[in-house]
Formats: sequence, C-alpha cells, structure tokens
Amino acid sequence: MSVDAKIVRKIAHLARLGIAEERLNPLADELNGILHWIEQLGEVDVEGVAPMASVEDVPTPTREDVINDGNISEAVLANAPKTEAGFFVMPKAVE
Amino acid sequence: MSSLNNFSLANALKGLENKDFSARELTQAHLDAIASADTLNAYLLTTSEQALAMADASDARRANGEAKALDGAPLGIKDLFCTKGTRTTAGSKILGDFTPPYESTVSGNLWADGAVMLGKLNMDEFAMGSSNENSAFGPVVNPWRADGVDEKLVPGGSSGGSAAAVAARLCLGATATDTGGSIRQPASFTGTVGVKPTYGRCSRWGIVAFASSLDQAGPITRTVEDAAILLRSMAGHDPKDSTSLKAEVPDFAAACTRSLKGMRIGVPKEYRVDGMPQEIEKLWADGMDWLRSEGCEMVDVSLPHTKYALPAYYIIAPAEASSNLARYDGMRYGVRVDGADLTETYEKTRGEGFGEEVRRRIMIGTYVLSAGFYDAYYIQAQKVRARIAEDFKAVFSKCDALLTPTAPSAAFGIGARNNDPLQMYLNDIFTVTANLAGLPGISVPAALDGAGLPLGLQVIGKALDEETCFAVGGALERAAGFDAKPDKWW
Repeated sequence: MSVDAKIVRKIAHLARLGIAEERLNPLADELNGILHWIEQLGEVDVEGVAPMASVEDVPTPTREDVINDGNISEAVLANAPKTEAGFFVMPKAVE
Repeated sequence: MSSLNNFSLANALKGLENKDFSARELTQAHLDAIASADTLNAYLLTTSEQALAMADASDARRANGEAKALDGAPLGIKDLFCTKGTRTTAGSKILGDFTPPYESTVSGNLWADGAVMLGKLNMDEFAMGSSNENSAFGPVVNPWRADGVDEKLVPGGSSGGSAAAVAARLCLGATATDTGGSIRQPASFTGTVGVKPTYGRCSRWGIVAFASSLDQAGPITRTVEDAAILLRSMAGHDPKDSTSLKAEVPDFAAACTRSLKGMRIGVPKEYRVDGMPQEIEKLWADGMDWLRSEGCEMVDVSLPHTKYALPAYYIIAPAEASSNLARYDGMRYGVRVDGADLTETYEKTRGEGFGEEVRRRIMIGTYVLSAGFYDAYYIQAQKVRARIAEDFKAVFSKCDALLTPTAPSAAFGIGARNNDPLQMYLNDIFTVTANLAGLPGISVPAALDGAGLPLGLQVIGKALDEETCFAVGGALERAAGFDAKPDKWW
C-alpha cells in the first residue's frame, strides 16, 4: 500500500490538519517509508488471536450515577480563546 | 549550602528529619542550581515563589511533628502533568498559555506527601520523540558530554527535561511518563534511574494523553531507592481513571535490598540485535555476572515476536494519538488561528499549532484508522500486540524477571539523527515491548562507555511485580558501583 500527494491531502483533511501544498509530496515519501516498514506485521500468524485493545482483563468499572461536580463555568471557560456571556465563542458552523 | 542539591532523595529526607538543613534551604539550593543551568533548557518554567512557600509550609509541618513521606523534597514535574494554576504545555505551542484549573492525580499525590514543586520540565511535544528535539521550546541539552568533546548531546526522550534535570542536580527527582520508552531511554542516556510501572499503577488523570492504552507515569531519580520512594507516593488507585488498578501499593524501598538468591533471570535472545555496540553487549554480560554472584540463575529465553513490537507500536500509538489529539481544535482552550470558515480555522489551528513529528503521527494514525485500512493495519497490530503479550506470559513461567540493555546506543549529538524518523524510532527497540504488554521496567545506570557516556541496563518484571524490578535493579546498582556524574560545564 502506498500513498501519494492526493491521498495525503485527503488524510490531512480528515485529520483537519492544514498542510502546505509543497509539503504534500515530501510527506507522502515519509509516510510511505513508515507504512512500508509497518507492513511486515502481515508476516505474523494471528490465526485465532483476538485483537488486544487493553492489557487489563478486568471489565471497565462503573461509578455511582451521582452529581459530583458543577457550577464551575468560570473554570471551564478560563482557558478559552474567546468567550461571551458564559459561552464559548466559535466561528459560524451552519450557514 | 551549595552542595545541598547533591544529596539523593533518601539522604535529603534524612537530613531534613535530622534538622541538618531546612526545606527552604534545600529548595533554595535547587533554585540556584536551576538559575545557573539555562543552557540545558531542562525547565520550561520555574515556580520559585510557590516552591519557597511550599518549603516554608513543609518546615512548619516538620516543626509540628507532622512531616509526611516526601516532606520538603524539591521535585521537577514533566510538563505533561496538569498543575493547578501553573501553565502546562505538553511541549507544544498549540496549548498556548493553558493554565489548568485542576491538578493531575500523580502530582497531587506528591504534594499531599509534602513534596515541593520547583517547576515544569521540558519534553518532546506530546511525549512523541526519543531525543527531546521535538519540543516546541527547543531541545534539552544532556549534562553529559563525551570525554574531551564539546558537542551537545541529546538527553533522550520524551522525558528528556526530567532526566537532564535529575542528572544535573536541578531537582532531587522528577515525574516522567513512558509510552514506548520515554522514561527508561532518557534515564539510560543521562546516567539516572527510570521506572515505568505496570500499566494502571499510576493514575493517568490530569496527564495530557498521548496513547491511552500505553501511557504510564513513573519517576526518574539518581538512585534505585529514590525511585522506589517516589513511586510509592505517585502510585495508587484513582476512581477518576477507569484503567487505574485497585492494587495495594507496597513498600517498594524495602524491596531494593531484598535477596536475589534462587531467582531466575531471563535473557531474551531476540534482544541481541545487529549493529549493537560491543560495549553494550559487554555491559549486558557484566550484568549477568553480577546477578549470578548474587545467587541468580540466568535462563536463556525467547520472545519470538520482539521484532514486530516497534511496527505494531507505530500503528497503535499514532492511532490512539490521532484520536486523543482531536480535542485540540482551538475552540475551548489553547491557541486559535482564524480562517475563512470553521473548517479552515480547525486546519490552520492544528496545522500551525502542532509540530512536524506530531503532525506526522496524526497522519499515520488517521490513515490506519480510515475506512478500508482499519482491519489491515489497526486490527492486525492489536493482534500482534496480543502475540507479544503471550510471549511474555510464556517466558514468565520460566523466570522471575528479564535482563536486557535499555537502549541500543549511548546519547548522540543534537541534530545527528533527525533526518530519518525511522532511525529515531529504533531507539525504543528494547523498551517498547514492556509498554505493549503493560509490564513494569526499570533502567539502572551501569557503566560509562569508552567515550565516558552512561549506559543503562533494563529489568522487566511481571505485571504488578515492581518489587522484583527494584530488587534486581538495586543489586545491579550496588554491583556496578556507578557513581559518575557529569562535570558541570553549563
């Protein structure tokens, strides 16, 4: 499997990463180098092996469904680039 | 009082207890050392006023007979740990002046035990790197230099600031994190001790996430006993992290002098890689001899899937990172770069805010998770991860711990290896397996190479058996008699 500038542009868009036009080809080369190296995993016999997402074999714990936080809107907004009247301000998302 | 920063953590705590010096004096000695070490670029920020206030509070507690386990010990905190009211950057520009309104559980545990915060330590951006050259705030410089050579060397990464600060006596110990080797490899490069505990031993709450199924916090210190003392305070179950283990935290320091008689130590043949410097081969053999003379039996073992660990890691870690780092969108915190519309604002914010290596890994992660490639890459890597964990399970039925080198080389020059990302990734070849399998590992400084640079040996233990790592690590430390320290040139 290999990627070209067009695929790099598509992945960058999926990741919402702005990448300069002149970086697309060099980045494709770098990614191909890494992807080619990664492909050796195909050699491993994984017949009957379950994919391992976590090293822990205990079920995810649940907690009591209680309110344990709240009324901290100032702390929540403290690091926002832009706020107004207790809200985050962001660019228009719907025309 | 200028030598107060040369004590080990254990001896500094004894000195405080004996009233040989105060926490304020100890803290001031470290602040002075930090002020004269700008060249190393180890600290991103020093919290002098807060440190002295914490030291005074500690002296008051001690006077009242209320001293806790780490009371008055000045520590450095990797800038991946959120610290309430103190800027936290993760080594990135994208977080801007992000000032957490909360404290990470691990750092909070240290303050609850009386420790003093000196400041925040430099690191590779989002903990992605093996040389600290990926920090948005410039590389950390290793306090060690080769004999008679002025070339500046890397301290390893990603916890390079932590390792350099400990080696240069700019703190008694430091917090660090390890996703693929980021505690143990810099420890090896700087002649310090680094411990990556069992996955789940330390809470990840309040630590900026890189790859959540691999990330684990641990200490970097100058002695094995110091690491044991620090880890005991850092560790413990935390309901705020669903992967935090409900396990008792033992007295790790007591394990450091435990007898090794009759212990079986595995030596994995796959860790003998092509091109490994002869000095590292020799050090490894010395390590085996030292342990034999402590009454251990060496056992040849095989971990057949070792060569697949790094490629599997470079699917799993970027996949998790691409997901974790989606939150940096410039809307709720951090820097925003405005564009013509919302999408362009996202793209500009993330394109300009993230550094080159972080962008590269987000791209890999996004690709391997994208439609059509998910099974071939991501699921396959998770299956290989299961194979690697099985390898360790099989081996630990034959031995109690494994002995390996920590890293395939000593520290290298700044700028010497950053042309090829793959070459850089190979630094973690001996450490990454323990992350994939969730096992504890310790790196202990064991010798200087021919150029006068430190080399480490690694001990990998069974899950939740850090005590055996500390016992074997302690024995290696005593046998090696490593007491070299970098000459102060900075």
